[in-house]
Amino acid sequence: MAFHIDKLEKRWIYMVAGIVVMAWGIQIYYAAQGWHPPSNVEVIDSAQLHLASGVGGDEFSEQNIGIKRDENGMLVVTMVAARYGFYPQEITLPQGEPFKMRIASFDVLHGIYIPLTNLNLMLVPGYVSEVTTTVNTLGDYPMLCHDFCGMGHAYMFGNVKIVPADEYKL
Amino acid sequence: MPICSGTSKSFLPTNTNYDLSEGTYLLTMSMTDTGTQAPAYVKHAKWLGLSNMWVGFGAFALAIPMGLYQVAERSNLFPAAESRELYYTSVTTHGVLMAYVLTTFFIMGFGYFSALHSLKQDVWSPLFSWTGFVIALVGTVMAAVPLLLGEASVMYTFYPPEMAVTPFYIGAALLFVGSWFWCVDMVIGMMQWRRANPGMAVPLVMFGTTMNALLWLWTSMGATLEVLIQILPLKFGWVDTIDPGLARTFFSWTLHAIVYFWLLPAYIAMYSIMPRESGGKLFSDELARVAFVMLFIFSVPIGFHHLYMDPQQAAGWKLLHMFGTFMVAVPTFITGFTILATLEVSGRLRGGKGLFGWIAKLRWNNPMTLATILSMMMLTAGGFGGVINASYSMNALIHNTQWITGHFHLIFGGTSVIMYFAVAYWAWPRITGRKLASRRMALWQLWLWFWGMIVTTMPWHVLGLLGQPRRVDTLPYSDELNAIWNPYEVVMFAGAVMLTLSAIMFIVVLVRSHFSERLQQPPEVVFGTAIHQPLRVPKLLNSLALWNWAMLVYMLASYGYPLLQFVFLGTPQTIPFGFGE
Ligand code: HEM
Ligand SMILES: [Cu+2]
Ligand SMILES: [Cu+2]
Repeated sequence: MAFHIDKLEKRWIYMVAGIVVMAWGIQIYYAAQGWHPPSNVEVIDSAQLHLASGVGGDEFSEQNIGIKRDENGMLVVTMVAARYGFYPQEITLPQGEPFKMRIASFDVLHGIYIPLTNLNLMLVPGYVSEVTTTVNTLGDYPMLCHDFCGMGHAYMFGNVKIVPADEYKL
Repeated sequence: MPICSGTSKSFLPTNTNYDLSEGTYLLTMSMTDTGTQAPAYVKHAKWLGLSNMWVGFGAFALAIPMGLYQVAERSNLFPAAESRELYYTSVTTHGVLMAYVLTTFFIMGFGYFSALHSLKQDVWSPLFSWTGFVIALVGTVMAAVPLLLGEASVMYTFYPPEMAVTPFYIGAALLFVGSWFWCVDMVIGMMQWRRANPGMAVPLVMFGTTMNALLWLWTSMGATLEVLIQILPLKFGWVDTIDPGLARTFFSWTLHAIVYFWLLPAYIAMYSIMPRESGGKLFSDELARVAFVMLFIFSVPIGFHHLYMDPQQAAGWKLLHMFGTFMVAVPTFITGFTILATLEVSGRLRGGKGLFGWIAKLRWNNPMTLATILSMMMLTAGGFGGVINASYSMNALIHNTQWITGHFHLIFGGTSVIMYFAVAYWAWPRITGRKLASRRMALWQLWLWFWGMIVTTMPWHVLGLLGQPRRVDTLPYSDELNAIWNPYEVVMFAGAVMLTLSAIMFIVVLVRSHFSERLQQPPEVVFGTAIHQPLRVPKLLNSLALWNWAMLVYMLASYGYPLLQFVFLGTPQTIPFGFGE
């Protein structure tokens, strides 16, 4: 059966195939260096974050949230998102030092995003969201909710202060 | 397979499988069309086309002022206009009207009109087609009431556990069900025609339209399952809780390919109407079919690029969907090539010389040609943005920021919808038998829509890069951020005014075209032909079954485990919040 394809078309298709392979290559290159989106598939009982008895334990209970160092010395920020705020409401982090954020929603879908950085997470009730990243510029940033969560959505934000690493105290 | 050795400039067929004379079947059949008694299919094409498209454009006309209001309210520039209840009511209604109502009804109307005319064949059952229309319309009204009352302000994506009142979901489901009637009509129409014309290639416009109908059947299944399995049982009180992670996974199945459902009619118009309107011939019919098949297969099983930042799916699956996402570049680039080559052929046939001389010779005063050029430019700009969105790691920079809203207004409101306008300008005289009220105004309208889109969406993208989140009614974060955002808000507002004016002009031209001078001889509905117009094509490019099997396999591979995991993850369920809870 007839199938007509022009020489120019063939050349173009090879080029497009090249572009796609190149795009894949770039993505694999960065993924191989550990640039993964947050994907820990870890469940938790969102309605019982305050209780040790719920699925996932009391990692996100009131006395356990905040910033700590884990056994490897890595900064771990543990937070809760609930209509309409982030808890703790203010955190301070050192410039240029990687930290791990672990955060869970207490009620509905939320997001957390620090403008001008790549800290960007969806917070889905029933799941813990986790990402490791670094903020390299000093200053005060809002950390804001970027997924519609109800009438107070636009007012749902906390603050992050990024200070020079040598002035940072936990 | 004989391969034609012609280059872009040799228009002569090298092979008797091709027919240069408009395609014989088109020619012979259009002769029977000139009798005084219009056949039944013409009548049905007219009324099904007109009713569906007017519902779509009516929704568009309602949604536009909401868009303008949103740009104003959100910007902090007009403190008097601030109201969060109104804002979220408006965004949800604007989103639903534009994304579900305008699109679905326009696609059905355009689909009926071009299917019946290209096949010269009536719908198999007019009652069935009208039933679909009525169901979709009832669903739309049913969803519109709670939307306008502010009882369903959950955004057009309606992610649980945030809940709207029940009629919203039932209305949306009916709109889907109504649209499936149309899908069935397209598939049956194509099969009937193939039986009556054994071995012949289905007209390209019909092949594209049927592929889009299949695409929509597959695509709409994700959100349908979400509503049937998760939302309605909750609403009816059969269960008390829901897993929002599963809901988002289901919705991602719909959310990506739905944009291809919206975009395909634009491509169909470029491939099958523009060549003739621009005074040339389509560069390649076969490759157009290949592009439609690829768009079908590649666009559905890749929805995880909407879940890159989500916790409930693992990195490997996201990576897999990223690979698939980039595959869509292939049919997109093929389309870009064929359409540009077609335009070049037209320009050269009209006497254009030299490397760029043909551009000046294009029919800039033909709405379909003009819209294609403008649409292609917006596609190019929007495509760059899409690569950022699709990329596995860069997505974190822009996910849920205003970059996204800027991006989809450019590619959906721009690239796709400008072709909807052009289709209307082309179809209206053929439907009403009257002159297009003002071609000049139509051309101005298209230009104004294009520039309006550029002026609105460029600053919109920048706002996203500067960290502004989407779907917020006000900007209370910090004075420093507001100081850098404000200039862009002002420019955006100017763009929104341009778009609003353009939309008004569009509606004015369409309405006036119902009352303008009656044409002695209304233009015939004839679709463009290719330089090498095939009478027959390889079987795979003329049939649907294999592609459905391919889709099934690909869908199982990319959504099978990610959906199955919810059975054994043991996620603690979430209680619903919001309207009617
Ligand atoms: C005058 C023209 C238009 C203006 C000024 C406008 C403006 C807006 C604004 C400000 C938003 C809210 C964004 C947010 O809160 O993050 C929005 C949302 C939306 N627009 Fe438009 N728009 C226009 C035309 C269109 C067109 C033609 C379409 C598509 C056919 C469209 C589709 C949508 C959709 C689907 C949403 C929902 C977004 C969401 O829920 O986040 N808009 N529009
Ligand atoms: Cu929020
Ligand atoms: Cu998508």
